[in-house]
Order: sequence, then structure tokens, then C-alpha cells
Amino acid sequence: MAALPLRCWADTERDMTEMPTISPDSANDDSWEVAGRRFTSRLIVGTGKYKDFEQNAAAVEASGAEIVTVAVRRVNISDPNQPVLMDYIDPKKITYLPNTAGCFTADDAIRTLRLAREAGGWDLVKLEVLGEARTLYPDMRETLKATEVLANEGFKPMVYCVDDPIAAKQLEEAGAVAIMPLGAPIGSGLGIQNKVTIRLIVEGASVPVLVDAGVGTASEAAQAMELGCDGVLMNTAIAEAKDPIRMARAMKHAVLAGRDAYLAGRMQQRKYADPSSPLAGLI
Amino acid sequence: MSESISITVNGEPRRSTASTIAGLVRELGLKPEKVAVEHNGEIAPRSTLENVPLNEGDVLEIVHFVGGG
Repeated sequence: MAALPLRCWADTERDMTEMPTISPDSANDDSWEVAGRRFTSRLIVGTGKYKDFEQNAAAVEASGAEIVTVAVRRVNISDPNQPVLMDYIDPKKITYLPNTAGCFTADDAIRTLRLAREAGGWDLVKLEVLGEARTLYPDMRETLKATEVLANEGFKPMVYCVDDPIAAKQLEEAGAVAIMPLGAPIGSGLGIQNKVTIRLIVEGASVPVLVDAGVGTASEAAQAMELGCDGVLMNTAIAEAKDPIRMARAMKHAVLAGRDAYLAGRMQQRKYADPSSPLAGLI
Repeated sequence: MSESISITVNGEPRRSTASTIAGLVRELGLKPEKVAVEHNGEIAPRSTLENVPLNEGDVLEIVHFVGGG
């Protein structure tokens, strides 16, 4: 068919189904869901290691995080009037995700989260059962055991685990509502050591996958998202930056950038160069 | 004047004149709505803190949320 004169286009009935559907809001409508709760931010931040509560609260604000991890510890009976986290980060505005940091057995972790549920009144929790102090590597046998018990008690455990696609499957079957493999040891800032296993976990999971631990700087957070993770959880990378508030902001942008890059679909890699300017018309 | 009893709170022995868990929490200068309590190894649901009596020799853990990763 001959091309229509340009002015005729306006009169031609166009088949709308063939029009590309690009929603102007598509970039802003990229929320995710865990255990039936919907969140916009894909960055979860910890609340440990900060200089003070003010800095902690400012970093959470700058990160845009809607979920923060918190630990459960004995109250200080000798000085009950000390400031507490809840005075600075409002649990009505930011979801507290109680963790089991420091627990080395399933029983300790379960006990801690039962108390956490009583303290907070919610069932979305972060389970981590550690195997040894030096590496803080998860003890998967105990982790799996705790996941089963917690799920049966109505908890929604987001589970810190090894970057092993088979272990991830087993956790999911046991009732984990999110799989959270380490990228590198907790607090190491070494970045994602095994991109292949993280990708395999993402591909095999039907619950959200978040890299938990190991991210040291913004590019590594972006990398986690480019691998298809649903989110990233970090603490030390922000808290131990020279300027934690600025790093919190960097992480927010990195997670958004990595997520967009994943959704956009990266170009194929080539072995050699391919010019971007046309070769035709060279003088 | 109520009699004082010996109990263990967060691993430390102490004496208390409180008759309930909530009373003990307040005696310690804490707000019952900001803590969780384990009473002799069992969770004491917050809704029951005002009613659960304290007895001689009770072991309690009183916890709250702190910063953590």
C-alpha cells in the first residue's frame, strides 16, 4: 500500500491495539508485595551501628525505606529513661521488621520472635539463625527448622540464608515469605560474591528475593537489583559510610536505577566494538 | 503495705512489691505498652499484663526493640 500523505493521518482510523502502551506512570508504579503487604521502596535498612538516633532517623528518611530491621533486647532496668528507637523512628509510619540477630539456635530465634510479636503486635519478621561468630554464616539446618515452626505459628518469616538455590526452595516450602540470601558475609561490604547463585535463586523463587548482607556501596545495590532481586537489605554500608545520610540517598537511587535497568532489559554484550554513529556519509 | 517478694528480672535478682506484671513494669519505670514480657519461660500476652500475678521466685525477661541490622 502506498504511503498516505502526511495530512491524511489525522483522518485515518488507527487500530489502538497496535499502539505501544507506555503509561507515563509506569516508572512510578513499581511496588512489591510481601506476605500480602504492599511497599513502594525496595530498600530495607537496618538501625544498628549509627552514631545516634538522630543520624539513624535521618538516614532512614534519606533512604526512602518503608521497612527497617530492629533487634529485640533486654530493657536497661538500671536506666529506664534512656531514649529509645521508637521515639525517633515511628513504627506507625515505618514498618518494624524484628530480627533474630545473635541467635545461634532455632529455639533462641523462635523465642525472640515470639517476644517481638508481643512487643510489636505484628507477624512479619526477619529470621536469621547464625552458625558461627567469625563468618556470621547462617546455620541452614536450624534456619529451616525455625522457619517451619514460625510459619505454623502464623508468623510471616523473611529468611536470611545462604546463596543456595536448593536451600531457597526448601525455605519457601517451609513457609518463608521472602528469601534473603547473603551477597557476602554480614557487615563485610564485599559486594555480591556469586551473581550466578543469586540469579538462580531469583529465577526459581515464587516469593520475593532480597539480597541481605554484603552490599558495601551503591553499585553493588544496583547489581543486586539488576540480577532481578525484589529488594535489598543493608545496614553497615549506610551506617559506616563517612556520611551515612548521603550514602542512604545513594542507595535509594542505586536500588531504583538497578530495578529500572532490570526491567528495561540490558543490551547484549559483544566481543568487539560496534560504532554508534552511522558509517554512511563519512567525509 | 504489700509484702515484697524475690524475683529475677533480666537475669538479675531483685525484690518487688508489685502484685502484677504490669505493676512490676511500672515499678521499673517502664511503660507496659512499649515492652514484651516473658514470664517463667512463657510469653505473657500484653492484654494480660494487668492481671497476671507475680509470685515469689518468678523469672521474667523484659525486652524491647533496639537498633539492629
